[in-house]
Amino acid sequence: MLIPCPFCGPRGSAEFSTVGSKPPPRPVPDAPPEAWHDYVNIRDNPAGVHEELWQHVHGCRQWLVVTRDTRSHAIAAVKAARP
Amino acid sequence: MKYSVFSILRNALTGNRAWTPVWRFPTPRAAYDTVIVGGGGHGLATAHYLAKLHGITDVAVVEKGYLGSGNVGRNTTIIRSNYLLPGNTHFYEHSMKLWEGLEQDINYNAMVSQRGVLNLAHSDGQRDAYARRGNAMRIAGVDAELLDAAQVKAMLPLLNTDNPRFPVKGGLLQRRGGTVRHDAVAWGYARAADQRGVDLLQNTEVTGIRVEGGRVRGVETTRGFIAAKRVGLAVAGNTSRVAAMAGLRLPIESHLLQAFVSEAVKPMIDCVVTYGAGHFYVSQSDKGGLVFGGDIDGYNSYAQRGGLPVVEDVMEGGVQLFPAMSRLRYLRQWGGIMDMSMDGSPIIDRTPIEGLFLNCGWCYGGFKATPASGWCFAHTIATGEPHALNAAFRLDRFASGAVLDEKGVGAQPNLH
Repeated sequence: MLIPCPFCGPRGSAEFSTVGSKPPPRPVPDAPPEAWHDYVNIRDNPAGVHEELWQHVHGCRQWLVVTRDTRSHAIAAVKAARP
Repeated sequence: MKYSVFSILRNALTGNRAWTPVWRFPTPRAAYDTVIVGGGGHGLATAHYLAKLHGITDVAVVEKGYLGSGNVGRNTTIIRSNYLLPGNTHFYEHSMKLWEGLEQDINYNAMVSQRGVLNLAHSDGQRDAYARRGNAMRIAGVDAELLDAAQVKAMLPLLNTDNPRFPVKGGLLQRRGGTVRHDAVAWGYARAADQRGVDLLQNTEVTGIRVEGGRVRGVETTRGFIAAKRVGLAVAGNTSRVAAMAGLRLPIESHLLQAFVSEAVKPMIDCVVTYGAGHFYVSQSDKGGLVFGGDIDGYNSYAQRGGLPVVEDVMEGGVQLFPAMSRLRYLRQWGGIMDMSMDGSPIIDRTPIEGLFLNCGWCYGGFKATPASGWCFAHTIATGEPHALNAAFRLDRFASGAVLDEKGVGAQPNLH
């Protein structure tokens, strides 16, 4: 799988690491436990288009938001996580 | 037909014309007491134990493909019960005991081979950790032996024990662990369940789960609606998709695990060996091929095919352990979709929807658990309450904090 890094160009996926789904906004510190459970543990896990966080650890070390199809691994979009 | 030496002899003398089909191909009825979604190892085992131990034979197993077309036919066939945490140890030991009596129970040759599972240690710290795990196992009544480097070398003459970076310092051996012919497990459970009247509905895909007033009413399928009082989900990598039909969101990610088999060679590895410094495990099949695997690919996948970086990583691990492997060609490689949970442990429990039961989160350890998973899931469905053996595998443990994290890496499935 080639990931087109916006800073380095297309690179093999072995140069990257991922933490999985792009997390939803972080709950406020005094949010109820259910909100934190949802944030930490629950995943949509779609078969199809999936937004996820990758880091180009063996390249520019930037965090990226990759939009990828989990059935075909086709990548629709890559953008920097921090604009 | 009961399989025995006499049935073989009788058929041999009569031209093998008396064999009967192993199971029926029934037409779905309009309603069942219990519907199990997923005709893999866990679903079929559940149907068998529901019928045999709980007397519930009004059961249908609904499978979108053919029986055993998923992970039960895609794994590396290893069975073991070498776990550290009490919630896991007793469950997997129960599974091991069921493996030991499986072939008599289902009258089917599953080729259960207790050839031993050896985890290699490559540092003093790792050997200490194995000693701790071995002690925990022995306290729980599981067999475990701590071997030193010389004993490991005697067991595995082809093993590279002198790698300067990762020397073999010893290993933890569970002699009762081993391998089982994986397809035969699915076929044997299917036949046993069918003989007790369970309907095995193949090529029947569930397209919806009907819930009314917080209670499950049945499943919509490609062959029409099937009403059921109770529905059990045992669909491994597709758990999130099927559970979403009932409006459930789960602590599950689907990941891909690859497995490999080499060309057949004369006996060179007579137990299951796992590499402690990387992620690699290997055994040799009765046909002679080396069956091996390593890490999951690391990113969400429903593709049932793997990426090349992991292929390279697995081969490197294998050649480092057994340099002779560099001379082998590998024949086949395939992938299966794993339902990775947030703590690396499974879920066998009720759900917030009455009558809907969940069996998932097996990560990449579901095969060895097949008998106990079916046994506990059948108990949970039949009685409505989890058994003591699966009491720790609750769905609400992620919310309550009582997680069962063998590796201690937290809610990041690609690290389990």
